[in-house]
Amino acid sequence: MSILKEEFNVAKMDFVTAGEASAQIKRILKKLGVDAGVVRRLSIACYEAEINLVIHSDGGTLSLEVNPDDVVLISKDIGPGIPDIELAMSEGYSTASDDVRMMGFGAGMGLANMARNADKFRIESKVGEGTLIEMIFNLKQEA
Amino acid sequence: MTVNELAKLIDARLLNGAAGENEVKCGYACDLLSWVMAHGSDGMAWITVQTHMNVIAVASLHEMSCVIIPEGIAVEQEVLDKAAEEGIAVLGTQLDAYRICGKMAEAGVGAA
Ligand SMILES: Nc1ncnc2c1ncn2[C@@H]1O[C@H](COP(=O)(O)OP(=O)(O)O)[C@@H](O)[C@H]1O
Ligand SMILES: [Mg+2]
Repeated sequence: MSILKEEFNVAKMDFVTAGEASAQIKRILKKLGVDAGVVRRLSIACYEAEINLVIHSDGGTLSLEVNPDDVVLISKDIGPGIPDIELAMSEGYSTASDDVRMMGFGAGMGLANMARNADKFRIESKVGEGTLIEMIFNLKQEA
Repeated sequence: MTVNELAKLIDARLLNGAAGENEVKCGYACDLLSWVMAHGSDGMAWITVQTHMNVIAVASLHEMSCVIIPEGIAVEQEVLDKAAEEGIAVLGTQLDAYRICGKMAEAGVGAA
């Protein structure tokens, strides 16, 4: 049984509210008393996922599920999908536009940052359909 | 040192009048947000020429002490207000990032 479930909509190219969902998720986890190190790793990964929804996707959602043993964060969007996931995962690769790069986004480190900070990272994508990223953060030290 | 003390050191103004008593734990200079997201830490004083809302989002997620805007670059009031709301100081100085780093290092503010 999960302790808490929340879903946040993230709009395409909305730079004013970009980061709000991550900030809210961070506040929720802190309030629940989740370990500061986990909150930190999750916040970084969540922010990267949120920015990707803003700059690369046609819109999507971030969902948070807090369980007794772990926190699950899912980023799901409605397209356009990623043609070559392996390439997208490699650090430095980015298809971000010049405008977006001028704002300091598009370093090509987002997916790698997510994979590094999550305890489990899974990505699925289909061109024309969308991208789904599932990240799991353990709350209890593994035996 | 505090943000107010840091302001004096780098000839800066506290642009949003907030969080001047925050403790500065280390310094960092970078304009790529993902990079800062990966390397940021709490209490950090972050120098960047970026001035849009997402700078505050990154600083806030890391619970930084302040953002330092070099070379007299203007910052929109909306961004300053958001930073104040998040408890993050925004400093503005005429010095460039290189000179700011030099002064901070000389005063003993360490790297991240
Ligand atoms: N949600 C998404 N939808 C479509 N493409 C994506 C999505 N997330 C990432 N990508 C693709 O993967 C690339 C690498 O992503 P990332 O590592 O976050 O770097 P960056 O966001 O800086 O480009 C992006 O440039 C983009 O081509
Ligand atoms: Mg990204």
